[in-house]
Amino acid sequence: MAPVVKIDQIHKIYDSGDVPVHAVRGVSLEIQQKEFVALMGASGSGKSTLMNMLGCLDRPTRGSYLLDGVDVSLLDKNELADIRNQKLGFVFQGFNLLARTTALENVELPCLYGKTRMSSKKMRERAMYCLDIVGLSNRADHMPNQLSGGQQQRVAIARALVNEPQLLLADEPTGNLDSRTSIEVMGVFQKLNEQGITIVMVTHELDVARYCKRYLILRDGIVVRDEPTQDRSIAEIELAKLKEAETAAKLLAAGSAAA
Amino acid sequence: MSPRLLRLALPAATGAVMIAAWYGLHFWLDAEMRFLLPTPGQILAAFRDNGSDLARAALNTTEGALLGFGFAASVSFLLAVGLSLSAPVRASLYPYLMILQMTPVIIIAPILVLWVGAGLKSVTVITFLICFFPLVVNTTQGLVSTDRNLVELFAMWRASRWQQLRHLRVPAALPYFFTGLRIAATLAPIGALVGDYTAGSSAGDGGGLGFLAIIYSSQAKYPALFATAATTCVLGFIFTSGVLALSWFALHHWHDSYERSDQ
Ligand SMILES: Nc1ncnc2c1ncn2[C@@H]1O[C@H](COP(=O)(O)OP(=O)(O)OP(=O)(O)O)[C@@H](O)[C@H]1O
Ligand SMILES: [Mg+2]
Repeated sequence: MAPVVKIDQIHKIYDSGDVPVHAVRGVSLEIQQKEFVALMGASGSGKSTLMNMLGCLDRPTRGSYLLDGVDVSLLDKNELADIRNQKLGFVFQGFNLLARTTALENVELPCLYGKTRMSSKKMRERAMYCLDIVGLSNRADHMPNQLSGGQQQRVAIARALVNEPQLLLADEPTGNLDSRTSIEVMGVFQKLNEQGITIVMVTHELDVARYCKRYLILRDGIVVRDEPTQDRSIAEIELAKLKEAETAAKLLAAGSAAA
Repeated sequence: MSPRLLRLALPAATGAVMIAAWYGLHFWLDAEMRFLLPTPGQILAAFRDNGSDLARAALNTTEGALLGFGFAASVSFLLAVGLSLSAPVRASLYPYLMILQMTPVIIIAPILVLWVGAGLKSVTVITFLICFFPLVVNTTQGLVSTDRNLVELFAMWRASRWQQLRHLRVPAALPYFFTGLRIAATLAPIGALVGDYTAGSSAGDGGGLGFLAIIYSSQAKYPALFATAATTCVLGFIFTSGVLALSWFALHHWHDSYERSDQ
């Protein structure tokens, strides 16, 4: 089976400013189906730049990119947009939900546009199914301002899933979340990954990267490390541990209050 | 005393003190000067004696204010959408909108009387002109300051310009529109009043509160003049509360300024 992502010696040079910025300097990478990759590195090391090229949001200056076997450099703008909508799902650091819109309608949004429209009934079913995957089917009619940060990010993940993408790209999806809700979100990613979705996510935090299966470290636009994750964290277990610790703390507090 | 009771009692007490001071001031004046400040009692009597005139005038003013306000709201909304679509259009029209805003109504009024005649039409146009500017400016501001990330997201989904406007920009601009609407609501009755004062007509009982003010002051009916002022206050209050209620209905279930506590 073809790898989902196959890039060969890609470069990105930004020419907009006074001095050209060589943000990505020859990265080669293969990502197979069902992989779960963390992309790490210092600020400015080129993580977002690489992600934008993987997401077909930006073209490499040099090098080739096969997305699911298709050479994207041969596609025109519209074809690129189509392949993006069919094969890719995006999750961002800021959740980018529409405020005046329920969770369910937010999830439906990507299906409303473009040329292939499904029936509104089918759309609703899909959106509901995706909300269920992220564990929020009971919040379908809530507005974003009635949801916690972690729940909003899960809605955004459901939205990224609605077009049944093969590859989920997430740029610092836990960047705005505290450690507990980060684990919840990573739990959702792990579940999706088990169901066969390939995931690439950027993160700053080692703790978060440990939920992935493979991690890459980028430095000055070059991959300096590419390894499988050692003793990988499992979100379900970590959450259970947290709960246990909380219960213990409560018991302790109650005990000392009684004494 | 419970905080709730206090919130009612405090303004009531302030009111009582003010009325007492009012009477005090009235009787402190020399007897022949007391006409300058009629007592609340005299003003109430003026309400009773001129009730039907005041009510008719208030209705006429309300009509002008509502028409001008309504036109201003709809025209400004459409214009704001147009302005938001292109920066060059904005740049070329803004100075003239400013000029329109700067031109004093006192100067425009006689011209309007020449063009459309005195009466409701002129009053409506003047109210429109006064309400228009804050509405256009606020709504345009709202339409162009949509979250960039969301705009990019819509572009990524290949939403058309029209879809982007309808699903993203207009909803995001609603709070700004309502800010403009609240300002316009305080301006509309004043606009209608000034319009009536400068370009009103009493033909066929068409005179409004501004017209009544002219008549009462020329007849030296000072308590009735105060009653006219009070009526205007009530009108402004009704307009503002109406818009506040409208904006609550439109915004409360999603906008952070009305965030619900029952999460
Ligand atoms: N649109 C752009 N135009 C010019 N230079 C850019 C642009 N985007 C990024 N850069 C530059 O490219 C380099 C890599 O940026 P990038 O955003 O990929 O870093 P990053 O690893 O995502 O950093 P962070 O962790 O802070 O998000 C930086 O030096 C940045 O200044
Ligand atoms: Mg980045």
